[in-house]
Parts: sequence; structure tokens; C-alpha cells
Amino acid sequence: MIGLESRGQTLIARLAGELDLQVADELRGRLDEALEAHGAVHLVLNLEGVSFIDSACLGVILGRYKRIASNQGTLVFVAIPPRVRRVLELSGLMRICREFPTEEAALTGTGQEVDE
Amino acid sequence: MDYQNFLRLEFYSLPVNVALARVAVAAFAAQLNYTVSELDDIKGAVSEAVSNAIIHGYEGAPDQLVKVVAVIRENELEIVVEDSGKGIGNVEEVLRPGFSTAKDRLGLGFSFIGSFMDTADVQSAPGRGTRVIMTKKAAHRNDADPH
Repeated sequence: MIGLESRGQTLIARLAGELDLQVADELRGRLDEALEAHGAVHLVLNLEGVSFIDSACLGVILGRYKRIASNQGTLVFVAIPPRVRRVLELSGLMRICREFPTEEAALTGTGQEVDE
Repeated sequence: MDYQNFLRLEFYSLPVNVALARVAVAAFAAQLNYTVSELDDIKGAVSEAVSNAIIHGYEGAPDQLVKVVAVIRENELEIVVEDSGKGIGNVEEVLRPGFSTAKDRLGLGFSFIGSFMDTADVQSAPGRGTRVIMTKKAAHRNDADPH
């Protein structure tokens, strides 16, 4: 469901599978634990392997966004599958989080974020 | 085409059953002429409604019954997701996007259902459970459909 890698101040989380109520608590726990352990400021969410997501796990992402934004960090998405994009757009998360085609682009991006 | 079919599912209010419900209803719905994207919408709607029943209706209690009925009438699917949980006092309030009583919840469950389906209706009363009724039409089989 989740693979984690720490790169400097950024945590990369590679999510996979069906993200619904069944995995929401675990997703929240794993992300918070890793953000804490690595002292990460930014979070890159790679969604390439996600086949389904609903509001249970979108709520978890929104919660992490709030936590990261309150520490002047950024949360960005990478490799959004079409189906997942539709739900991210409906949720409003695409309006507050940037998107990058690759993890490398996202790492560069999170290092250079400026407020609009 | 005059086609009718009926599906009824009843299961414990366990998070593991959310996937079961959406996959079963989508497999049933696939008897109609939906696109892959429309079947994804149906999965999403069932997921939201069943999750709401578990989280809000039964407040996480694992041994209560969630009922799902799906009916095909000609080219339309109707899905009813029902719990006998605590119910909703103010249905209009929960239908408002962004309204949520729980931490880290988007409050978009019903709003998603409205986007995914053609019609969505919520019937509820405090102490008497909640019923979400939603419908979605499929293209007729003989329509020239590029999908």
C-alpha cells in the first residue's frame, strides 16, 4: 500500500492499490510516523500505483496537507492516474496541491516553492 | 430492451466490506452498457455510501448490518445503501460539501455521490438509520457509442 523514501527534507510516499476506509487508518499512521521520524518538511505523493481512492483516504491526504502547510512545507502529487485525477479534482485537492510528472521534478519543485 | 435484474447484499459494518460492496455492485452494473469510467463512478458512489454507513451510521461498530440493493430496470441502475444506525438529524447539513463531523474526513462523501450518479437522495431520521438512494442511466445497447 505504501513505500517510503526520505530525501533530505522531503518524504516520498509511493502509494498503491485500492485506497479506501480499510486502509485509511494505516495510511495516516504510516505517513505521520515517517514524517515525524525523518523530520520531513515536504511530502511527495506518488500515486502511480493507485487503482482506486475514495474520500476516506482523500481525507487522510487533506489532513497531511494541513499538517505540512502549517510547517511551511508543500505536498505535491506525482504520476496521477486518470481515474484518481477525477476524484482529486472533485475533492479540491488539485486546487491546493501542485502536480509533477516525475519524482525528480517534484523534488526540484518542492525545493523551489514560492507562494503565488 | 426490457431487462430487469435484482441484487441484494447484506454484510457486517467492517471496513474490509467496502471493497466487496463496490466490486459486487460494479460487476452487477456491468450487465448494462456502461463505460469503464461510468463503472468507476458507480464503484466510487457505493464506496462513499457504505463508508458513511459504517463510520457515521454505526460509528465504527463492526457487527451491525449494512444492506445494499441494486436493481436494473431497462437501462437504469438504482442502488440503495441502508443502515439501521443513529441516523441524521439534519439531512441538508450533511449534503453540504465540506460538512463533516469526523476528524480528517473531507465531508465530501455525499457530494461525490452526487457527481458520480445521475440522481442521489438521502432519507434519514435520528435513531432510525439512513438510506441513500442513487440512480444512473447507461447508454442503450443499440446506441452508436464510441466508448
